[in-house]
Amino acid sequence: MSIVTVQLGQCGNQIGFEVFDALFIDSHCPQRLSSKRENEAYQASCKERFFSEEENGVPIARAVLVDMEPKVINQTLSKAAQSGRWKYGQHSSFCQKQGSGNNWAYGYSVHGPRHEESIRNLIQKEVEKCDSLSGFFIIMSMAGGTGSGLGAFVTQNLQDQYSNSLKMNQIIWPYGTGEVIVQNYNSVLTLSHLYRSSDALLVHENDAVHKICAKLMNIKQISFSDINQVLAHQLGSVFQPTYSAEGSFHYRRNPLGIDWQIRPPLPGLPSLSKMSLNKELHFNTSIANLLILRGKDVHSADLEGFKDPALYTSWLEPVNAFNVWRTQRAFSKYEKSAALVSNSQFLVKPLDMIVGKAWNMFASKAYVHQYTKFGIEEEDFLDSFALLEQVVASYCTL
Amino acid sequence: MTQSVIVQVGQCGNQIGCCFWDLALREHAAVNQAVLIDMEEGVVNEILQGPLRDVFDSKQLITDISGSGNNWAVGHKVFGSRYQEEILEKLRKSAEHCDCLQCFFVIHSMGGGTGSGLGTYLLKVLEDEFPEVYRFVTSVYPSGEDDVITSPYNSILAMKELNEHADCVLPIDNQSLFDIISKIDLVVNSGKLGTTIKPKSLVTSSAGTFKKWQEKPFDAMNNIVANLLLSLTSSARFEGSLNMDLNEISMNLVPFPQLHYLVSSLTPLYTLADVNVPPRRLDQMFSDAFSKDHQLIRADPKHSLYLACALMVRGNVQISDLRRNIERFDCVFFKIIYVYCLRQCSRVLRRPLCKF
Repeated sequence: MSIVTVQLGQCGNQIGFEVFDALFIDSHCPQRLSSKRENEAYQASCKERFFSEEENGVPIARAVLVDMEPKVINQTLSKAAQSGRWKYGQHSSFCQKQGSGNNWAYGYSVHGPRHEESIRNLIQKEVEKCDSLSGFFIIMSMAGGTGSGLGAFVTQNLQDQYSNSLKMNQIIWPYGTGEVIVQNYNSVLTLSHLYRSSDALLVHENDAVHKICAKLMNIKQISFSDINQVLAHQLGSVFQPTYSAEGSFHYRRNPLGIDWQIRPPLPGLPSLSKMSLNKELHFNTSIANLLILRGKDVHSADLEGFKDPALYTSWLEPVNAFNVWRTQRAFSKYEKSAALVSNSQFLVKPLDMIVGKAWNMFASKAYVHQYTKFGIEEEDFLDSFALLEQVVASYCTL
Repeated sequence: MTQSVIVQVGQCGNQIGCCFWDLALREHAAVNQAVLIDMEEGVVNEILQGPLRDVFDSKQLITDISGSGNNWAVGHKVFGSRYQEEILEKLRKSAEHCDCLQCFFVIHSMGGGTGSGLGTYLLKVLEDEFPEVYRFVTSVYPSGEDDVITSPYNSILAMKELNEHADCVLPIDNQSLFDIISKIDLVVNSGKLGTTIKPKSLVTSSAGTFKKWQEKPFDAMNNIVANLLLSLTSSARFEGSLNMDLNEISMNLVPFPQLHYLVSSLTPLYTLADVNVPPRRLDQMFSDAFSKDHQLIRADPKHSLYLACALMVRGNVQISDLRRNIERFDCVFFKIIYVYCLRQCSRVLRRPLCKF
């Protein structure tokens, strides 16, 4: 079961590289605790999922790189090639010369239709290389122009073309204090469009990851590279192969086989030889939680805390809402590790904040001319606001 | 990679342009395209005889003999129509040389005749001929003590054109530049920092030997503007962890079409020999960026309203440093409505931090 990754924009490409690197390093990490056969099955499964084979043995990532300006893609391609461990396909990237200028409308209405066919062909080529496609993993940011606007367009396209395959979007929530002035507009437009065409949105907040780097990892001068590595680590521990049934040696579990909106944990980084699970002091109500355990003693872990009905909405039994996947093969150098993917009210506060800020800006019509220039009218903004308000309301009633 | 075409009009425009190319070539081997226009020959001839004579060739020049006599009408109406075809032709040629043309940088002054009149005439021409290419205008406004009597008229007439046909304007005035120079001079000569300043790191120094600014005052001032322009285009030329392009500047800093005048400031004004910048020094740089002493035009935003702000950072600065400083400013600005977030780009090269 293979996943095709689409990396969009500067953020998407920078993160994409770190993710493939983390996946590769983990699958080749020397394992003391698992048996050789187990390890080999894991490696084979990981390989099939994320990499395809090349003649001289260097695995090629199953990825399509898209950006509207060349610098980041060039950097990403060369970093991968230089590492010597794996690389990107020679013809798997698409770029233009001039970026999207942080303009969602430009990414969606101009770049999208203009380059639709080229991007579609690239993705098609990647899909044809897979024996069986389990779905698409699309990495993008919400604040910029290419990742957000073109990302929304591409996701819509994928929905039309591959309606039977799962599409999961990894979106990066920008810093609350801001990176781009129009980030709230871009985010609102992205979320409302993705809501209609994506199957699942995996959200990572820059603020949260930054806090992890600062508080849990004690990094003094945090760079984007640090942040991306933490992100990649989290994603890796979620997407690496897991057992499909107890005691079986087959790693077949469809990694994208989760059909609700999910959200990864906040400070939940594990440490060596200590099982640390994510525990919030007061609970946000969840619709569903997925816990992935890897390493030693996975079968004897005490999970009663997760089955507490207080965690879940009243119309769901904990047994229906809580899933656990256990794998004995450890992740990277951690003897034991856990990852929690959850669909809960975590999202309400940040979403509400972004919608609020965007609405304030919209009330004065600031920057709107930059969007109407390229075909996104005020009605489109209003539709997006309405949709997102609805999402917030739905989550609040849980 | 995107390219820009520099259009230098008039005496002021050409002198600044000259300093710009001086610095640009120091940083970067590749040559961007330029068109040099002046209605009297003196300045352009000087350029052609100076160290930059190999950079430009006669195909990029348009000159006349008599000049515009500090009269906007002569520059705009008379020379405008007379030279329109020729200018268009040179611009088209320059554009053809570009792989991907993103922006026209027009450099001129507002108070004179050629720069002001012909310079703004050009904006309309550029808008009609190349509608998708951005027009960034660096305008030198007359200071309080200006020696051209007709400069108020020239400036007002030019402003109207800037309002309608420019995408983004960076107003600059001589008095502010002069103040910056005095500040640097004070520090350099006071002996407080002594030999610890890197000689060529002054924001006022040119590529050649370190000249004392008293010899040619406009050189030092022009270098400041040249540094600003270089920093603006640096993200297009170099890699960074969070890139910011010229079209992003326009997108983020222009909330309403006619409000496209950007106050710029640069920091630091000189670098100490010690390359490792301690965090406190970095924080000081951020505070300086918002101080009126570092601005290239007289304005006092702290007592008015910031509509939008962008920080372009070059050098070894990480996102955590930026965030720490943004959070500091949050409490200063919280009373101001519509202050949004600062946008940053960082890369490994020289030092100046500029704020718009």
